[in-house]
Amino acid sequence: MSRDARQTAGAPARKGLMGQLGDFLDDRTGYRALVHEALYERVPGGARWRYVWGSALVFAFMTQLITGLFLWASYSASAQTAWESVYYIQHEMAGGWLLRGIHHFMAQAMVVLLALHLLQVVIDGAYRAPREVNFWLGLVLMLLVLGMALTGYLLPWDQKGYWATIVATNLAGIVPFAGPSLQQVVIGGSEYGHHTLTRFFALHAGFLPGALILMLVVHLSLFRKHGLHAKQPITKPDAMFWPDQVLKDAVAMLAVMAVVLGVILMPALRAMLAGEAVVPGELGAELGAPADPSLPYAAARPEWYFLFLFQFLKVFEGWGATGEFFGAIVVPGLIMTVMFLMPILGNWKLGHRFNVAFTLAVLAGVGLLTSLALNEDYYALWVDKASLAEAEKLYDQTGGDPEKLAAALDNDTAKVAAMTKQLKKLERVRHSQAFLEASRQAKADAARAIELAGRPEKIPPAGMLELVRHDPKSQGPRLFAQHCASCHAHVDPLAADAEAVIAKSSAANLHAFGSASWMRGLLDPAQVAGPAYFGNTAHKDDDMVNFVQNDLTGEATWPKTDIDAVIAAMAAEGGTAPPKDLVGLVDRGRELVASDDRCGGCHHFRDNGTALGAAPDLAGWGGREWLVGIITDPTHEQFYGDNNDRMPSFGKAAEGALPPLSRDQIGLIADWLRGEWYRPAGH
Amino acid sequence: MSNHDHHHGESRSGAVSSGFAGDSSRRGFLVKTLALVCGGLATMVPVGAGLWAFLDPLRRSASVAKFLPVAELAAIPDDGVPRQYPVITDRIDAWTGFAAEPVGAVYLRREKGAVEVQALSATCPHAGCFVEMEPTGRCFRCPCHNSVFTLDGGIVAPSPSPRAMDALECRVGKNGEVEVMWQKFRAGVAAKEVQG
Repeated sequence: MSRDARQTAGAPARKGLMGQLGDFLDDRTGYRALVHEALYERVPGGARWRYVWGSALVFAFMTQLITGLFLWASYSASAQTAWESVYYIQHEMAGGWLLRGIHHFMAQAMVVLLALHLLQVVIDGAYRAPREVNFWLGLVLMLLVLGMALTGYLLPWDQKGYWATIVATNLAGIVPFAGPSLQQVVIGGSEYGHHTLTRFFALHAGFLPGALILMLVVHLSLFRKHGLHAKQPITKPDAMFWPDQVLKDAVAMLAVMAVVLGVILMPALRAMLAGEAVVPGELGAELGAPADPSLPYAAARPEWYFLFLFQFLKVFEGWGATGEFFGAIVVPGLIMTVMFLMPILGNWKLGHRFNVAFTLAVLAGVGLLTSLALNEDYYALWVDKASLAEAEKLYDQTGGDPEKLAAALDNDTAKVAAMTKQLKKLERVRHSQAFLEASRQAKADAARAIELAGRPEKIPPAGMLELVRHDPKSQGPRLFAQHCASCHAHVDPLAADAEAVIAKSSAANLHAFGSASWMRGLLDPAQVAGPAYFGNTAHKDDDMVNFVQNDLTGEATWPKTDIDAVIAAMAAEGGTAPPKDLVGLVDRGRELVASDDRCGGCHHFRDNGTALGAAPDLAGWGGREWLVGIITDPTHEQFYGDNNDRMPSFGKAAEGALPPLSRDQIGLIADWLRGEWYRPAGH
Repeated sequence: MSNHDHHHGESRSGAVSSGFAGDSSRRGFLVKTLALVCGGLATMVPVGAGLWAFLDPLRRSASVAKFLPVAELAAIPDDGVPRQYPVITDRIDAWTGFAAEPVGAVYLRREKGAVEVQALSATCPHAGCFVEMEPTGRCFRCPCHNSVFTLDGGIVAPSPSPRAMDALECRVGKNGEVEVMWQKFRAGVAAKEVQG
């Protein structure tokens, strides 16, 4: 056999070293016959582009295997190291972004290639006898690939992977009888954590690819056994697989790789053309903020190729668990059953047509559901918002109540119908806006987490989440929105919408609180009784407002330099640097603040002898300790005492109860108000 | 097509590929070369990206050696017997930063009334195991391959270790703190070479 093969391969009479080595190996392994067997497969009708999909898929899988193994060499599957190691791969290792980018986008290319391969097989009727078993194997392979996509999505342990996996595993949990046990086994317990990751990783990199390789070997040998299913009519003479079809396959592989690389590198090219710096870590696959079970994540969506399932479940909204069971399990199960029956259905007269029509219908359905899902999420981007201005106004007036709406439109049925339509549109816009805002927030959180992970001190042993949870820049806005924003505004007075936001607030605007600019506004007779300061509080007629509006305007007692001096001194109290031109006035300012006939008449300041309780203590005003103090208990004599307006004591609680905010949380708010958080060097 | 037909492919291969005489061998060569180039290029991308990331450790240099405070001079008994002290410093392990962690140990030895201290690395120069003091306190012994060293780190022949215990640079700071230059040396060679 080996001798034959050598002769067919055209062995020359005299051989070089390589030739002799080849003979040596061939005599002992028969490799030439194997290579020959692999390359000289007959292609009926010659090489064609329509035959490349299978090879392209094998290539995509090989790429996943190679990049996956290399990623494995740097990945660490645990709740405290998964995000961290993926961050390290993406942002710190040379070439890690490229490796991960290829793995991430080739997975998506694989799903597309799967669909094309399946479509081609069905259209060509290649599932018919004797190829039924191979068709079934192909369907199993498809499910394995989808399973790998699903398990791989969790591995970075970021917000989107985490929440998508919670949804997917909860859906598995609604399978009758075995569901809850299945779910518990898959996530490695009743909570998501270390063992969810180790299990998903073992599935993603062991069980599933192992099964896939086994099935692929059988799939390919059956394919070779039956030969290529030629699309009729054949117009050209037969040819061998090598080299013509191999060339077409190789070109297809290169094209797939080029598309993947293009997707990864396109943003770099765009940045370069715009003259901006390219940050390699920002290329390729995204890495969200670390998974946080305590943080709502409204931007949770599955990967785009599962979006149709996500949307399909919405069809059954309102049906409860039955609907989900129906949408997530029964319907997909029925579709897969029909696909498995295709080789048998194909034997009937109209069977093949049915199969083609069914496959196309499923793909069209998937396409439609995907575009519906995308449209729901991004609707606000392409709808003309000006056309909804009237609807918005009416909604604010009526709260969407049909009776009030009818009354507002003089019970004109045509108008009411048109307006109801507009209101529905408005609701969709608002849904979409909420999603877009959540996505924006998710991006900002991710960017901040990545910025923090790059600190010179690196990530603490407890993991990234610990760091994020103690980051004033990440937590401050959330805590403020939750606990403070119902009264206080926090908006730059120079921002476009500042006036409206401040007007709605019922307490001072705390933007830049503690700074010279804030103090300048407070001491401005035109502003002190305005909504940004005391205007919307019980203090609007108090001594302080009176003092600023009457005493401070007296040029004789309060020359401008004295006011500047007080501003400088107060900024210095909080630890913020006063503006350069005021630095020299700090000492003079302190004297004024302490002085009995100036601020010290009401305010306690260090050892000026004024009793506490009449007005807030000005020592350390706006500093961390002062802020923590006033948030903890504004009714303390050091702050507003009995004159406290409506501000709750966030750090105080009745005995045995928990205060509304922990000391840590109050510290985070104080640090955030003061702008005290980690900033990378060079910012 | 059955398995049987398929074997006839060999004999038909000549007929198919040499259908056009003359031009075909040049075209065949071109097609084969192109196929190999395209397939090779496509495969090189994942392999190349993988190797690029895999070889990342070669880019990283060891942390710069520096003097670390280990003990108070006054707290080291001046009886010529070495004692073990942990070396504590900040450590970065890939993405994790550990603050003030024990990263190893040194033996410090002080002669009667001396204001100078001898520091020895506890890492065996043979294969990197942790060298221990004999319970008798008369010599060092490595538990892995039984290398024995004298109390001042000298080699006791015959020994698996190619060199004496590694002495570390040592100084006493103004406030009486003993500081040791924390360094690692290549194991298994006769010369004392700094690692990394």
